[in-house]
Amino acid sequence: MARNVKKTIIKILAEQALLSPKDISENSSLDSMGIDSLGLVEIVFSIEEAFNITIPFNSNDPQNTSFDISSVESIVKAVEQIIDKSAKRNKV
Amino acid sequence: MNRVVITGLGAISSLGINVEEIFESLKEGRCGIGPLKFLNSERLSVQIGGQIHNYKPEKYFSKQETALYDKFTQFALIAAQQAISSCGIEITESNTSDVGVILGTAGGGLQTQDENYREVYELGKNRVHPLIVPKLMNNAAASHVSIKYNARGPCFTIASACSSSNHAMGQALNLIRKGDIKIAITGGSESMLCFGGIKAWEGLRIMSKESCRPFCSTRDGMVQGEGAAIFIFEELEHAKHRGATIFAEVAGFSMSSDAMDIVNPSKEGAARAITGALTDAKLNPEDINYINAHGTGTIANDKTECAAIWHTFKDHAKNIMISSTKSMHGHLIGGTGALELVSCILAINESIIPPTINYKQRDPDCDLDVVPNVARDHSVDFTLSNSFAFGGLNAVLALKKLA
Repeated sequence: MARNVKKTIIKILAEQALLSPKDISENSSLDSMGIDSLGLVEIVFSIEEAFNITIPFNSNDPQNTSFDISSVESIVKAVEQIIDKSAKRNKV
Repeated sequence: MNRVVITGLGAISSLGINVEEIFESLKEGRCGIGPLKFLNSERLSVQIGGQIHNYKPEKYFSKQETALYDKFTQFALIAAQQAISSCGIEITESNTSDVGVILGTAGGGLQTQDENYREVYELGKNRVHPLIVPKLMNNAAASHVSIKYNARGPCFTIASACSSSNHAMGQALNLIRKGDIKIAITGGSESMLCFGGIKAWEGLRIMSKESCRPFCSTRDGMVQGEGAAIFIFEELEHAKHRGATIFAEVAGFSMSSDAMDIVNPSKEGAARAITGALTDAKLNPEDINYINAHGTGTIANDKTECAAIWHTFKDHAKNIMISSTKSMHGHLIGGTGALELVSCILAINESIIPPTINYKQRDPDCDLDVVPNVARDHSVDFTLSNSFAFGGLNAVLALKKLA
């Protein structure tokens, strides 16, 4: 699963930033990809749609959230945790 | 008071994707109205409209832009691009505050509302696209034109149903007259051709299922269209100084309210706006020889409009050519006054009066020269463009050929 999450997220970011997926590394930041605040909410929406999850993200204060958007790696990790949690909830 | 002229033109409609194409269609008396094609259109009882078929947003915009622009904004940006490139003005740091953007629309981002209500109500989705609000707001088109061309003067949108564009262009005229700005990017756009948009209009039972036949005794209602028209209004001396091509002078404007009925028109209210535009332009009734009518093709509008023209012009009314180009491009609602000003500019610049097509039989209540079916060669020095909206809001512009 881990690999798929990363691949899907990179694909979403690439589409938004008009880049090729191979130009995006784990350490890339949203800034370095030229993604602005409006682009970020579109990305959050696309990730929610792709994995059918709800991301705790508030555009008023994007830094102050459990959803860490500082790099591709941190986004992948955060999404994996959310997927994990909702899978456990579904089992119970 | 500064004088104001038109130095740039842009338009897109079912009659063509630029002004040249639209001029040709108007001269030929070509009908841009045909079968409507969009999601669920088979469920409509009205199946015709002036739709821009084969419209491909990707021809004009990037994927990111298309995600952010409702169709009414796309049409406005396409027309604005033509207008700005044709006028030859460069907007720079030194003149940006002198450039305003004043546009009309009635439905704004109706397509965006329609699509997304379908998602949440019909398809039961609970997550919505993040850009719905900035896409659907009525000022989106004006704001995107301002952003794209760095126009930092007054920027706003007027929504007064079928008079929106004329009201907008009237405000642009007055801002330049007063000296607040030197240049206005002004006009209007509309894209109501979607399931919810037409379904709502069906309820009023004033739409024709066959064709738009203004002033004809067989007329049975209006037909909708879509598109945009945008003009560059410029202070006369500013335009002369830079040697601009001048298409016409915007000589006068007047508005009035019927204060009577939310849908039925009033002869008296319409006549007051027509007379007001003549007075504002310092014209005598006898000066006018062409009027681009509101001419929706409904029983009530056309009869009332003709009565208002008789009332204002008395015996001279029979010498005036009066055409409704809605018979060709349909009713653009909030964008209609703007697209109809393109016909007035054609008349002034090429001495060709666009016709009222689909005209079959004389109506004694509309006994005027409606330029039936075929365009006419005739020079025009002064012309009026009428808009009479639901809510009883009348707005009339007067154009003058600049000698």
